[in-house]
Amino acid sequence: MLTLKNITKRFGDRTIIDQLDLTVKDGEVLSIVGPSGAGKTTLLRCITGLEKVDEGEFLIDGQPFDPYTNRTNESVIGVVFQNFQLFPHLTVLQNITLAPTMVLKESEADAQANAQKLLERLDLGDHGDQYPYQLSGGQQQRVAIARALAMKPNVLCYDEPTSALDPNLRQEVEKLILGLKADGMTQIVVSHDLTFAENIADDMLRVEPNQSK
Amino acid sequence: MHYILEILPSLLSGAGLTLQVFLWTLVGSLPLGLILSLGLISNIKPLQWLINFYVWLMRGTPLLLQLIVVFYGFPLIGIVFPRYEAALFAFILNYAAYFAEIFRGGLQSIDNGQYESARVLRLSYAQTIRKIVIPQVVKIVLPSVGNEVINLIKDSSLVYVIGLGDLLRAGNVATARDVTLIPLLLVGVIYLVLTAVTTFVLGRVEKHYSYWK
Ligand SMILES: Nc1ncnc2c1ncn2[C@@H]1O[C@H](COP(=O)(O)OP(=O)(O)O)[C@@H](O)[C@H]1O
Ligand SMILES: [Mg+2]
Repeated sequence: MLTLKNITKRFGDRTIIDQLDLTVKDGEVLSIVGPSGAGKTTLLRCITGLEKVDEGEFLIDGQPFDPYTNRTNESVIGVVFQNFQLFPHLTVLQNITLAPTMVLKESEADAQANAQKLLERLDLGDHGDQYPYQLSGGQQQRVAIARALAMKPNVLCYDEPTSALDPNLRQEVEKLILGLKADGMTQIVVSHDLTFAENIADDMLRVEPNQSK
Repeated sequence: MHYILEILPSLLSGAGLTLQVFLWTLVGSLPLGLILSLGLISNIKPLQWLINFYVWLMRGTPLLLQLIVVFYGFPLIGIVFPRYEAALFAFILNYAAYFAEIFRGGLQSIDNGQYESARVLRLSYAQTIRKIVIPQVVKIVLPSVGNEVINLIKDSSLVYVIGLGDLLRAGNVATARDVTLIPLLLVGVIYLVLTAVTTFVLGRVEKHYSYWK
């Protein structure tokens, strides 16, 4: 369970997130919706430790942790970026095994086997030796998901998972997220697409651009 | 023909020195340039200023002047380099400045998302630079580095001015002694061969990196 208490984030004197409380229960999908500029990406970046919050605290299973400084290999938050940010010079398999071998010190063989399993789970079993540029957007997204899952995160976050894809792939993404939920994955999904967000969500957080800025 | 065979040994020994200057300059200036470029993209302002000043100095004055200063000027303030070492010292410092600028450009063209991607996968800064950034930068900078490498072959003839027996000097000596253009023509041919071989090698290296986009 991920809990945010009293989280505040400012850029200069603009308060983007104002004293936010939030709980994501294990195995559930939380959708964060709101118009462009509302601070959805910023919130996600705070949760994933890419931005430092100004106030408030984070708890994972009741234990305080600071995503910004946390370097332990527990309390891992995985991320699927809006434009995936795969490593273009590495094959699909290498993209997935890099961090497990270098950070978790998994053996090459274990990491490979695990990556292959993830790829098969995501219908990419035959694509392990290809490079990102050889894949479609939807396939790249699934590689990004596999890469994040290989680090065995507690929570997996997505920023606008439908925005870089063909509109008709929206349902694929819904199925994918619900499939991972069935596997027990806790997920946070940022979107400005309300229907999509409602279809996948156990819980919704609506954010509005902060009036005071 | 007979004459050519007669002067060839001295030309080739001159070419040997040219190649030595060439190779040692690369061995010294490429890593130095990389380190300097990491300083240029760091957030440490004094370090940036210092390296920027250094690059400005090295690129803003003729290499010939730098060579003369190191060999004829430094002894006046008590720093004495033998000829060969003086040449390498000046060449390495000069080329490192050019390479630093090229690498800086390459480093800055790497999407910040790549660093963030590596960060959320918990790679350390050193791992990120080594595994994610450098392989991509190498591909980007290869054409510009290649240009400098070709320039270096020709620039190496500047060591002539501090009395080193390089290829150009060998040719010049023979021409003055035997009152014929042939040695200088041969010198031209040897430079052409050297640059052709280097161009070929660089082409192969670029090809090696063309497996991804
Ligand atoms: N690094 C930053 N520095 C300053 N302002 C920022 C920065 N990142 C985002 N903002 C501002 O924060 C607000 C929220 O942005 P963002 O979180 O990207 O919104 P959303 O993802 O909901 O569209 C915007 O007004 C944006 O200009
Ligand atoms: Mg956004």
